[in-house]
Amino acid sequence: MIAVGDTAPDFTLRDQDGEQVSLSDYRGRKVLLVFYPGDFSPVCGDQLSIYQEVKPEIEAKGVELVGISVDSFFAHKAFQEKLGIDTTLLSDFEPKGEVARAYDSYVEKMGFANRTLVLVDEDGTVAWTYESPNPGEFPGANVIFDALS
Amino acid sequence: MADLGSAPIPPVGPDDHARGEGKEGVVVYADLGCPHCAGAWHRLSERSGRLVFRHFPVTSKHPRSPALHAAAEAAGRQGRFFEMVDSLYADRGRVDDPHLWERADRFGLDLARFEQDRRAEEIQARIKRDFQSGIRAGVAGTPAVFDACTLVAVREREF
Repeated sequence: MIAVGDTAPDFTLRDQDGEQVSLSDYRGRKVLLVFYPGDFSPVCGDQLSIYQEVKPEIEAKGVELVGISVDSFFAHKAFQEKLGIDTTLLSDFEPKGEVARAYDSYVEKMGFANRTLVLVDEDGTVAWTYESPNPGEFPGANVIFDALS
Repeated sequence: MADLGSAPIPPVGPDDHARGEGKEGVVVYADLGCPHCAGAWHRLSERSGRLVFRHFPVTSKHPRSPALHAAAEAAGRQGRFFEMVDSLYADRGRVDDPHLWERADRFGLDLARFEQDRRAEEIQARIKRDFQSGIRAGVAGTPAVFDACTLVAVREREF
């Protein structure tokens, strides 16, 4: 697991609209990276829906929310529309899971990322991390607010 | 902005929506637009003991949920909270405004008051208060059932 105080590995991925997004684009702002197993899974849907409900409160603390999974950006767009969310979703699609691996979140035997939260501060340093015990559980939003308090 | 950090669910109070006898029972955080909640609500309603309903509308997932929760609260202002909840869960295909008015009429509610109440800020605040208490307790999907302050049941999913 990537550690607090580490420099967050930079990356460039496509978002749900096919636009290139880099971690370094967020320099000067805090960003919460939400690695999740995959679009359209029931738990991922619940996780991103719940986070969407409290997104204004997260943003009020100066933090931007970004989801990352191994799905294509086309799938991300459909998933975003299905859930009715506007959270940016990044596609860690090719090479598959490369960014998740860089953050020690990738589960080889499953072929996707575990549920991992990584808070990156304004200068690109890892400020907080959380990894679920298994992909079937996701951290409630309270855990995020505990970290931001 | 409210503090949304971790906290146990609030104890059951006089303004909670409680059905059944006694002080023993469960508290369920539920979404009136959620099909899983509808099934769970039916099963929970068959249990003995107190059953407490707390609002947990996940609006992005169920866009009609805010209106349904507001309708239940407004019905509650006229003593028909659980009638509205039972009816919304029993007939999930009829949740547009005319269906809500039809229910209000069937339950003998003052329709003008119902309409006014369901748009009232106090009702929105009441719903939000429940939702935020669920967030603080770590509710991560609906339904979430608590026995005392312990989460005892959630919907099982692989991932």
